[in-house]
Amino acid sequence: MLGRTLLGLAIALILAFGAFFAWQWRGELAPTTTSAHAFDPGIVTKGAQLAAIGECAVCHTRAGGKSFAGGFPVQTPFGVVYGTNITPDRDTGIGAWSEEAFRRAMREGVARDGTHLYPAFPYDHFTKLTDGDISALYAFLMTRAPVAQANRQPQLDFPLNFRIFAAGWQLLFLTKGPYRNDPSQNATWNRGAYLVEGVGHCGACHTPRNALGAERPKEAFGGGVSEGWDAPALNASSPAPVPWTADQLTAYLKTGFADQHGIASGPMHPVVANLAKASDADVRAIATYVASFIGPRNAADRQRQTEASLAFAKQRAVSVNDLARTTTGVAPADDRSAGGVLFAGACANCHRSGGGLPASRPIALALSTPVNSSDPTNLLRIIADGIHPAPGKSGPIMPGFSGALTDPQIVALADYVRAHYSRGQAWPNIAATLAAIRSNPTPAMEAP
Amino acid sequence: MTVLNVNGKQHEVNADPRTPLLYVLRNDLALNAAKFGCGLGQCGACTVLVDHNPVFSCVTPIAALEGRYIRTVEDLGSADKPGPVQRAFIEEQAAQCGYCIPGMMMRAQALLEKNAAPSDAQIREAMAPNLCRCGTQMRILRAVHRAAKLMTVELQGTEAKG
Amino acid sequence: MNAPLPSPTRRMFLATGGALVVSFALKPLSALAQGAKPAQPNMPPQPKLPGSLGKAPYLDAWIGIGGDGTVTVFTGKAELGQGIKTALIQCAAEELDVDLKTVTIVTADTERTVNEGYTAGSHSMQDSGTAILNAAAQVRGILIELAATRLNLPAEQLQARTGAVIANDGRSVAYKDLVTGEALHRVASAQSPLKNVKDFKIIGTPMHRVDIPGKVTGAPMYVQDMRPEGMLHARVVRPPNYGAELVAVDIASVEKLPGVIKVVRDGSFLAVAAQGEFQAIEAMNMLASIAQWRKVAQLPDQGTIHQFLTRLPSQDQVIANKGDPSQQGAHLLRASYTRPYLSHGSIGPSCALALMKGDKLTVWTHSQGVYPLRNSLADMLHMKPEQVHCIQVEGSGCYGHNAADDAAADAALIARAVPGRPIRVQWMREQEHTWEPFGPAMLAKVTGRLDSSGRIDTWDYGVWSNTHSMRPGPAGTLLAARSINPPFPAPEPKPLPQPEGGGDRNAIPLYSLPHVRVVHHFLPDMPVRISALRSLGAHMNIFAIESFMDELALAARADPVEFRLRQLDDPRGRDVISAAADEFRWAARPRPGNGQGCGFAFARYKNLAAYCAIAMQVEVDPESGRTRVVRAAAAVDAGEIINPDGIRNQIEGSILQSLSWALFEHVRFDRTRITSVDWATYPILRFASVPDTVTVRLLERPGEPFLGCGEAGQGPAAAALGNAVANATGRRFRDLPLSPERIRAATGA
Repeated sequence: MLGRTLLGLAIALILAFGAFFAWQWRGELAPTTTSAHAFDPGIVTKGAQLAAIGECAVCHTRAGGKSFAGGFPVQTPFGVVYGTNITPDRDTGIGAWSEEAFRRAMREGVARDGTHLYPAFPYDHFTKLTDGDISALYAFLMTRAPVAQANRQPQLDFPLNFRIFAAGWQLLFLTKGPYRNDPSQNATWNRGAYLVEGVGHCGACHTPRNALGAERPKEAFGGGVSEGWDAPALNASSPAPVPWTADQLTAYLKTGFADQHGIASGPMHPVVANLAKASDADVRAIATYVASFIGPRNAADRQRQTEASLAFAKQRAVSVNDLARTTTGVAPADDRSAGGVLFAGACANCHRSGGGLPASRPIALALSTPVNSSDPTNLLRIIADGIHPAPGKSGPIMPGFSGALTDPQIVALADYVRAHYSRGQAWPNIAATLAAIRSNPTPAMEAP
Repeated sequence: MTVLNVNGKQHEVNADPRTPLLYVLRNDLALNAAKFGCGLGQCGACTVLVDHNPVFSCVTPIAALEGRYIRTVEDLGSADKPGPVQRAFIEEQAAQCGYCIPGMMMRAQALLEKNAAPSDAQIREAMAPNLCRCGTQMRILRAVHRAAKLMTVELQGTEAKG
Repeated sequence: MNAPLPSPTRRMFLATGGALVVSFALKPLSALAQGAKPAQPNMPPQPKLPGSLGKAPYLDAWIGIGGDGTVTVFTGKAELGQGIKTALIQCAAEELDVDLKTVTIVTADTERTVNEGYTAGSHSMQDSGTAILNAAAQVRGILIELAATRLNLPAEQLQARTGAVIANDGRSVAYKDLVTGEALHRVASAQSPLKNVKDFKIIGTPMHRVDIPGKVTGAPMYVQDMRPEGMLHARVVRPPNYGAELVAVDIASVEKLPGVIKVVRDGSFLAVAAQGEFQAIEAMNMLASIAQWRKVAQLPDQGTIHQFLTRLPSQDQVIANKGDPSQQGAHLLRASYTRPYLSHGSIGPSCALALMKGDKLTVWTHSQGVYPLRNSLADMLHMKPEQVHCIQVEGSGCYGHNAADDAAADAALIARAVPGRPIRVQWMREQEHTWEPFGPAMLAKVTGRLDSSGRIDTWDYGVWSNTHSMRPGPAGTLLAARSINPPFPAPEPKPLPQPEGGGDRNAIPLYSLPHVRVVHHFLPDMPVRISALRSLGAHMNIFAIESFMDELALAARADPVEFRLRQLDDPRGRDVISAAADEFRWAARPRPGNGQGCGFAFARYKNLAAYCAIAMQVEVDPESGRTRVVRAAAAVDAGEIINPDGIRNQIEGSILQSLSWALFEHVRFDRTRITSVDWATYPILRFASVPDTVTVRLLERPGEPFLGCGEAGQGPAAAALGNAVANATGRRFRDLPLSPERIRAATGA
C-alpha cells in the first residue's frame, strides 16, 4: 500500500516537474543584425527618457566603466548578480538580439538564448511597459556605443545558482502584461503610476520582500533595502517629519534637493542624476502618483504634522547663540553630552542656523528622513562616508568622518543627533548597525 | 584642558574642546604645515593623520582626539633630514604656490602606509579629496609614485641593517 | 609665538662695511620720478636702460654684497608660486659668478626694493629679470675694475669666479673685500658685459626652487604663518550682498564674548579682533547673525548676462583696421563665443597682517603690488605714503587680482582701531568666493571669409568686456574703503591700452590676414565686481579666435595645423606650432569616433610675450556629456630660458587650470547676490579629471630676450579643448564652460 502510494507520489512529482520543466523551457531566438541607422531619432529620444527613468545605466555600468557595458554588482540576500552588458556589441552585449528577444526579456525575464534571468533584473516591473515603450527602449539601446566586455557570472548561494530556480520564481511571482489605467484617476496620476510601477521600478527597493525575494504585494512601498542603505517607506508609514507633497517630490527628484526634506543620498543620488534627463512632465507625474499615497492620508493630519514638524525644527536648530559647550574632554560614549561636543565641533559649522556667511547650508536636521527613520543605517553611512558630487558637478560636499571620529564617537554623535533632532525613540542598536555597515561597504554607485 | 599627542609629543592644550584641531595645531602648537583652505572639509589643505587615517583637521574637534595619534608634515622629516615623501616632492619639484602640498603629502603618506605600491588610478582616487588650484596635479602624482619607491628603499635599508 | 620668516631680512640689517644702504639708493629714484630737487647733482639724460633699470638705475638698488660674502638680490616683484625668486637668483648668480648658496633674495617691500609696479602680466622676467641680469653683469665688471686697481693689474688678466676676482698669476681678492663704502652705488650703463650664453652654468638649468624645501617641511613661508608677539586674530563681517548698508548692530553683546578684544565699526565696515582664532570666528558668526542691513543691490539675470552686457553703453575702440574688412560674399562664416564670470579661487583665502605704531603703519600682505597698495592705504587712512610700509609675503596662488589687497585694507583699518597690536585678518572661504573681484564675463563675435584657395581673406572681430583691472589704485578700489564712513567712491574704470590691452588682449590675431578689423567694445558699467584674472582678455579672445580658426579650417576642408601654418608668417610661431604637433604626434592622431577627438590651438601671449601651441585629445561620453582629457602636449618659446623646469611647471599648471575653467567653472548669482560660495557650489578640477599625460616641449632661444610665459597657456588650452570636443562630437560649442549638460543637450543622448 505504502509502496504504491509512494510510487504514485513519485510519478506525480516527476510528472509535475516534467510539466514545470516543459512550461519553463524557452527556445533560443535567432540572432539578428540590426543597423543603428534603422531607428527613428524621435523613438530613440523617447527611449532615452525611459532609460533615464528606468536607471538602466546604474545597474548596467560598473564604477569607472563604460556606460551600459555591465559589471555592476547587485547585492541580493542570496548573493551577487552582476548587471549584464546591454550595449549593442554582438558577442558580449545584446547586439544580436531582435526586438522580439528584447521584449521577451523585459516581459518574461528570459534571455535571447532561452536562459531565465534572475529577478535582480526587475522584469516583474518592466513587464508593465507597453509594447511601444519597449520598442523605444530597444531603439535607444541598439543605438548606444558597442563595448566588448564579457558578462560576469552571478555568485549565488547553492542551489540558487541553477537557473531553474529563476524559472520557479517567475512561476510563483511574475504577473505578466502591461499596466492598466485606473479610470478613477486622472491622466497625470496614471502616467505616474505607469512609470513608477513599470520602468521606474521604485518598489524594487522601496517594498519589503518575502523569504524568496519577491515583493510583498500587500505591503507595497512599505520600505526596503538597496545596496546596504535603508530605502524608506513611501506609503502611510513614511518617516519624513514633514509629509511629502507633489511639489516637494518633484523638486527632490529633479534636483536632488527638497527644502523641507534634504538631499538625495546613497542609491538615490544616481537615481536623481538620471532623472535630470527625464522630461519635467514625467517627473511631475511620478511625484503626483507617489504623493497620492505617501504619509498621512487625511489633509488635516498632513497640515498638523507639517506645522508641528516645522515648529520642532525651528526650536531645535542649533544657532550661533547656543552651541553646545562643555569644559571637560571626551565623556563616555553613553553620555549624550559627548555627542553634543562632537556635534558642536565637527558638524555645527555647517549644520547650524544663522551666521551670515553665505554658505550653501544644509537643511534643518530635524526635517531629515534619515534622522527620523527607525533605522540608523542611512544616517550612519552619511556620517561615515560623507556626500560627494560627481566630478565637476555642483552639489553639497560633506566630508566623511570615518577616521576622524572613532566608531564609538560616531555612535555617540548619532545618538546625540537622534535625541536632539527627532521626537522618535532613541535607536537601541546604533553600534551594531555601524558594525554591520563596516562589514558591508557599498560598491561605488556611478552617477552617470 | 585637552591632552593631545602630536608628532609623538604630549601637549596640554587649554582651548575650548570644540575647537577644530587645525587652529590648535597652528596657533597653540605653532605648526605651520596644515593650512586653512576652507574650514568646511571641502579642499583638504588641512589634512593631517589621526591614527593613520587622513582627516580634515578643520572639522575635527580636539574633543575627539584625546589619546589618539596625531601626525602632521613636521613628523615626516625636517629641512636637514627630509623623509621619503618630502624628498619625493622636492625631487619632483611638485609645488607651485605650495599651499595645498602639506595636505597632499599627508594624504599620500596615509595611502602609502596602507598600499606600498599603488597604481596611478589608486593614487588619483585616494588623493581626490584634496584640491590644487595651481594645477600641479601631474607632479603630485609623480611625487607619490616616487615616494612609494623611496619608502620601499628605505624600508629595505632598515631591514638590511636590522 | 615668534618665528620671523626665514629670509635675508636679518642679514640686511647687519650693516657691515660695504653692505647696501637701500633707502639711499631709492631716494634718487623718487626724486627723478617726481622731478623734485634731487639729492644728487643733476643727472644727464639717461640712455634707455634694460628692463626695470630704467626705473631704478642705481646698481645697489638691485645687488648687494655683504661683509660676510653673501649676495642679496633685490626685486620689486613678488613670489606668487611661479618660481620667480629662484629664476632671479639664477640670473644674478650666473652673471656675478657666485655660488648659489651665497645668494638670497628680497622681494617687494616699499622700504627696501624698487617699485616695479605689479607682479602681473607675465612681466617679471622681462622687467626684473632683465634688470637683475644686467645689474649683476655690471657689478661683476665693477668688481673686476676694483680688483684691477687693488692688484695693480690690467682688467684683461682678471676673471671673476665663484665670489672672487682671480688673476692669471694666481692672486685673488674676494668680492666682500673689494666692496667698500658705496662702491656699487653707481648708475647702470646701457651696455652690460653679459656672459656668452654658451658659458652659462646656472641659467638654463632646472635648478631646484629655493622655496620648496621650506614649504614641504613646515617652515613659516606664508603670511598665514606669521605669529608676531601680541598678535590678535581678526575677522570681518561682510554685507549680505553688494552695496548693502549696515543699519544696526549690538556691538556690546559681542564684545562680552570670551577672548574678544574689540569690535570695530566704521560705517558699514564691521570687524572683530580676539585673542584666539576660533574665538574670532565665533564672534564673527555672532555679529553676522545680529547685524541688520539695508539691502540695495540688484544683479542682472545670470541666464541672459551676455545679452545684458552687450546692451550696456560701450566705448568702442577700433584696434585693428586693415584693408576692407566689410567684404561680403561666399564662404562667409559667423560665430559668437562667450565666457562666464570666473573666480580666482585661491586655495588659501586672503590674509594680511597690520600693525599701527604711533603714526607708522606696517602691513604684511600677499598683494601683487605693494607700492600701489601703499598709496591706496595711505589715501584711505589719510596718511602720507611714507608712513605706510607694505611688505610682500607669500600667500597661496592668486592668479591675478584676488582679495589680497582687500584683506590688507581690512587689517589696516582694524590696526588703526587697535593700535600697538599686530592684527591678523583671515578671510573665510565663503567671503573669498563672494567678494573677490572676478574675471569678467565676455562675448566675442567674429565673421570670417575664405578665399577660393582656402586662405582667410576677411576677418571682422568684436569683443565686449568690462575693464580687466580695478587694482589699487585709488582708495576706492579697496572693498573696505567703499564701506567706511565717508566711503571712497569706486574709481572710473579705464581700458588698458594696446598693445597689452585688457578685454582686448590678444584680440588681434597674429595670423597674416589681408582684411582685418578688430573692435574693442569697452563696457564701463560693472554689475559684478571684476578685476584682473590670469591672462585677462587673452583667455577669451584666444578661445574665440582659435575656435573660429578651426571652424574655418573645417570649411576649407583643411587640417587644423596645416591651416594655421598657411596663414602664419611669424617664424617662431611656426616653429612652436610644428613642435607641438610633433610632440603630440598630430599626424598619427586617432580619427574621431567613439567619443574620441583631438584639437589644436596656438597663440603668442599679447602678441608680444611667449609663444604657446597646445594639442589635446579628449574622450566625450555621450550619455553623461562628460569630457575626459586624455592627454595634452604643448610647445613653448619663452626666449632665453632661465629655468626650464620652472617654465614647464607654469605651463602644466596653466593648462590644468584652464581646463578647470573650461570644463566646470562659472560664477553663479541670483538677482541679489553671488550664490557660488564654496567648492560645493563652484566645483573645480579634482584628480579624477586630470589628464593621463601633459608634456611640455621648450624651444631653446639662447640670447633672445625673456618672454613672459606664466599666462601663455590659458587661452590655447581652452581653445584646444573646445576644438577637441568639436572633433569628438561633431558639434561646435562656443560657450564656456563646456559643461556636461550643454554637451548632452547638443549630442541629444
